[in-house]
Amino acid sequence: MFGHTAQDKQQQLAPLPAPAEATPPATANRLAIVLFSGTIDKLMSASIMATGAAAMGMDVEIFLTNWGALAFRRGDYTSNTRVSADYADYRGTLLEQMAAKKVTSWMENLEGAKEIGNVHITACSHTMTLFDLQLSDLEPIVDEVIGVAAFIEGARDSAMTLYI
Amino acid sequence: MASPVMITREIDARGSYCPGPLMELIRGLKSALEGEVIAVISSDPGSKTDIPLWVQKSGNELIEIESLDGGAARFIVRKHVRK
Repeated sequence: MFGHTAQDKQQQLAPLPAPAEATPPATANRLAIVLFSGTIDKLMSASIMATGAAAMGMDVEIFLTNWGALAFRRGDYTSNTRVSADYADYRGTLLEQMAAKKVTSWMENLEGAKEIGNVHITACSHTMTLFDLQLSDLEPIVDEVIGVAAFIEGARDSAMTLYI
Repeated sequence: MASPVMITREIDARGSYCPGPLMELIRGLKSALEGEVIAVISSDPGSKTDIPLWVQKSGNELIEIESLDGGAARFIVRKHVRK
């Protein structure tokens, strides 16, 4: 039917030969995080993951894109009470409980992670250009502005990669 | 009978949330001398998994975990001695 034979299908499904330069096995002792979100629920998750990885001796590479980069504008974190729209119902409870229980902020978590481990935080050049930002416009915890290829190159063999 | 362990410093991290108590322990051990013993009290249930794992991974020694009232626990850890 439709001009295909069983043999055609066989050929279509045959595995492709491995590229000459195959991706290295994901074994580097590194956690890579693409931090796309700028809402505190997700920033908090990312900061806790980064801290846990740093504590367990993993290198951590965090790439800030879009709203993630904007959340690192100087001083922004002190007044950021944004919560993902998906979880807007919980915004009041989250803010209330975080204040009542004096939970450390995501920025403090990241500072702690840097203190105990090898944590490298970079900002996406595309986002920086889009929003007319310079490295000096971001919190000093951000190490540098890089392009996506540099992040990918550093992340390609990471044992874990998260997109938050 | 073994002589009681001499605790150099005790950090009360009750009311601090994961990974706060672990961070307190790491900081405490960083500033301790080799062979010194540090205690951390945590009320976060995650510490019961995280602290023993970290201590093992980092080559330090977990001497004891004591259960305290209210679900808290005291983790007694000796800083490793470099050979």
